[in-house]
Amino acid sequence: MKRILDILQNDARITPEKIAVMTGLELSEVESAIAKMEEEKIILGYKPIVNEDKVAADTVTALIELKVTPSAGEGFDAIASRIYCYEQVRHLYLMSGAYDLAVFVEGRNIKEVAMFVSEHLAQMDSVISTSTHFMLKTYKREGIIFENVKTDDREMMM
Amino acid sequence: MLDYDKLLSKTVQEIPPSGIRKLFNVVNEMKDVVSLGVGEPDFNTPRSIRDMGIRSLELGHTHYTANAGLLELRKEICRYLDRKYELSYTEDEVLVTVGGSEAIDAALRSIINPGDEVLIPEPSFVCYKPLTLFAGGTPVPIVTKEENNFRLTVEDLKAAVTEKTKALILPYPNNPTGAILEKDDLEALASFLRDTNIFVLTDEIYSELNYTPEGHTSIASYPGMKERTIYINGFSKAFAMTGWRLGYVCAPKEIMKLILKVHQYGIMSSPTTSQYAAIEALRNCDGDVAAMRNEYNMRRRLMVTGFREMGFECFEPLGAFYVFPNISKAGLKSDDFCETLLLEERVAVVSGSAFGDSGEGFIRCSYAYSISNINKALERMKRFADKHIK
Repeated sequence: MKRILDILQNDARITPEKIAVMTGLELSEVESAIAKMEEEKIILGYKPIVNEDKVAADTVTALIELKVTPSAGEGFDAIASRIYCYEQVRHLYLMSGAYDLAVFVEGRNIKEVAMFVSEHLAQMDSVISTSTHFMLKTYKREGIIFENVKTDDREMMM
Repeated sequence: MLDYDKLLSKTVQEIPPSGIRKLFNVVNEMKDVVSLGVGEPDFNTPRSIRDMGIRSLELGHTHYTANAGLLELRKEICRYLDRKYELSYTEDEVLVTVGGSEAIDAALRSIINPGDEVLIPEPSFVCYKPLTLFAGGTPVPIVTKEENNFRLTVEDLKAAVTEKTKALILPYPNNPTGAILEKDDLEALASFLRDTNIFVLTDEIYSELNYTPEGHTSIASYPGMKERTIYINGFSKAFAMTGWRLGYVCAPKEIMKLILKVHQYGIMSSPTTSQYAAIEALRNCDGDVAAMRNEYNMRRRLMVTGFREMGFECFEPLGAFYVFPNISKAGLKSDDFCETLLLEERVAVVSGSAFGDSGEGFIRCSYAYSISNINKALERMKRFADKHIK
């Protein structure tokens, strides 16, 4: 299972047939292992990694640091579940350290994101403070370096 | 104008340039070529090894080392060879060289007298023959056969031995075939060689890339073999350190005395930064090596299956990072196959004939490439095979 996952994490488009060859497993074993991981929500989805700068992206993304008061009994989960329901929220993490929740919000422009923060996030009861940081440039994501994608520089044929 | 042809060395002039590079210039001028050509790891050197190299520079280790190499490194090589291959060398039986190639060169120069014959199993790496000639010896090829999985058999060896035989080169795991020798093969060879005066020059540069559960065994570990064996290995393939240019040779003191002379007058000492980095490689990088081997193994299976699905015979290589499919079904000579494949489908592979006449009918495909690169190459070659296999 781990071996199959490793292969898919490197390239999700690789076919079960190829994985079977690479690992020496039966095709049926590979297929059922993948199905099982999907069922158990180990694998949550398959998406391309897109360089947004190259698709004339009219979107901006911000990291919003939220300090919140955890609710009695449910801790941070209650407030988190209210936040992740917004489709503008792309990623949401509970953090250790100076703030509690890291919210990645996407919008068409800076104003839209700022308005979302002030109208929705900041006004929630348990939110103590927000701090908004706009992302300016992506250098690396999902283990892939974005600029000057390294080509094979091996020169020797031997 | 000087008459260079007359003035320059006859020996060197008569050696043809490496066949591997034939198509290289063409490849460089084409766009969108998928290559399976190169013979070095696609991985970069593991981080901790690079860090150790950097650290040694920061500490000012920028001088020559002892001719034979850093004592600490030689000790580490002894420990490594003991724990990996049950070889018992002491540090004065080890010399650190500029890659495995220098080790082969220095070893041949140290044992060859004019006219001595050196047995070279073929197909094999391109350097053995020229280096034998440079040293004044006579290369004698032993053709290994596809039906024997390109292993050197004791029968073929015996048939090639003459009174002039000085040494046998044992290039396993093999470039270009990916063949290995297993315990039974080695036992048979050792029991014959033990009663001769033939030196064995065993080039085990791919020893870490053996895909059998048993792993690699060295001829030098067999009783009575160490005294007649010159053992060669290096850091290029196992630790993805080709650019560091570092290898080593182990031999009994009597032989080592001579190898040391060749090395000290020709080279002085191997690169110091590389030597410090290599200590880290041997000490702490078993995990990195295993991870790379595992990755190569997946690619290996993909390649073998890919060629068989195209309709080519392809014996299963169990070592190195090459497959050596038999492409004779396509009805093209190896050189023409490679050229046509490059022009029609933009895939670069190396003609088997670059590795000796016995490589005719085969091509060498390296899987030191990413899975996506390999899959792309296989798709294109499938199209090529469908067109050319009658």
